[in-house]
Amino acid sequence: MSTEMKRRIFLKRSIAASAVGVAAGAGLLAPQEILAAWNKAAFEAKELPNALNELLGSSDVSESADINVKAPDIAENGAVVPVTITTTLAGAESITLIASNNPVPLVANFMLGKGASGFASTRIKMGKTGDVVAVVKAGGKLYSAKKEVKVTIGGCGG
Amino acid sequence: MANTIKIRAKEKGGETTVKALISHAMETGSRKDKKTGKMIPAHFIQEVVCKHKGATVMTAEWSGGVSKNPYISFKFTGGAKGDEIELSWTDNKGEGDSKTGKIK
Repeated sequence: MSTEMKRRIFLKRSIAASAVGVAAGAGLLAPQEILAAWNKAAFEAKELPNALNELLGSSDVSESADINVKAPDIAENGAVVPVTITTTLAGAESITLIASNNPVPLVANFMLGKGASGFASTRIKMGKTGDVVAVVKAGGKLYSAKKEVKVTIGGCGG
Repeated sequence: MANTIKIRAKEKGGETTVKALISHAMETGSRKDKKTGKMIPAHFIQEVVCKHKGATVMTAEWSGGVSKNPYISFKFTGGAKGDEIELSWTDNKGEGDSKTGKIK
């Protein structure tokens, strides 16, 4: 599927999800500190736009060249895929890690505290070949970058 | 649970790099036990908090999509050699652990 096609679907789903998004957005106006409790709705969302709405209050993401997603081109073992995200965006507040083809796409959300650099690294599971997407929240806006990882043996279920 | 965390922190040029390994099963809840055919219940870390001098420098929220025995690394500025850094985790069963390390 081309990027353009994906974008279409993404947009379509965004519109469909917007009613839910408004409801979630109202709740998400509260500062992050209050929402320290694990965001159940976001982490259980099966659709990416819903997950982003729940977690970050928006699914309006623009691509940015200031984010670097470092992951292997081919992951032999989908159970352990090392991913490192670095960003030079000023005022980065959070780094969200997404494996777009996983049953639960939202993998991790790193909330950067005072003094934290735009850097996060971890190892994730990937069910099948797909894009690893990093969404960075900076200055109230969402930016993203992605990298395709080919998975030979899936790491979810089975 | 005791001793589930290994933490290393190193300061270089004003920036501290923290690396940690946590031993945890990280079950997603969508995996079957091959012997019994039953679903293995979800058991994964939901939150990891790292503090430097009492101030939170990083909070991570995870789903079951993070690998077994998770590795986490991040960087921050403002740390000095000898400072204590505390990392703690909580999972979906309410279990948790914390460990304090020194910046080298």
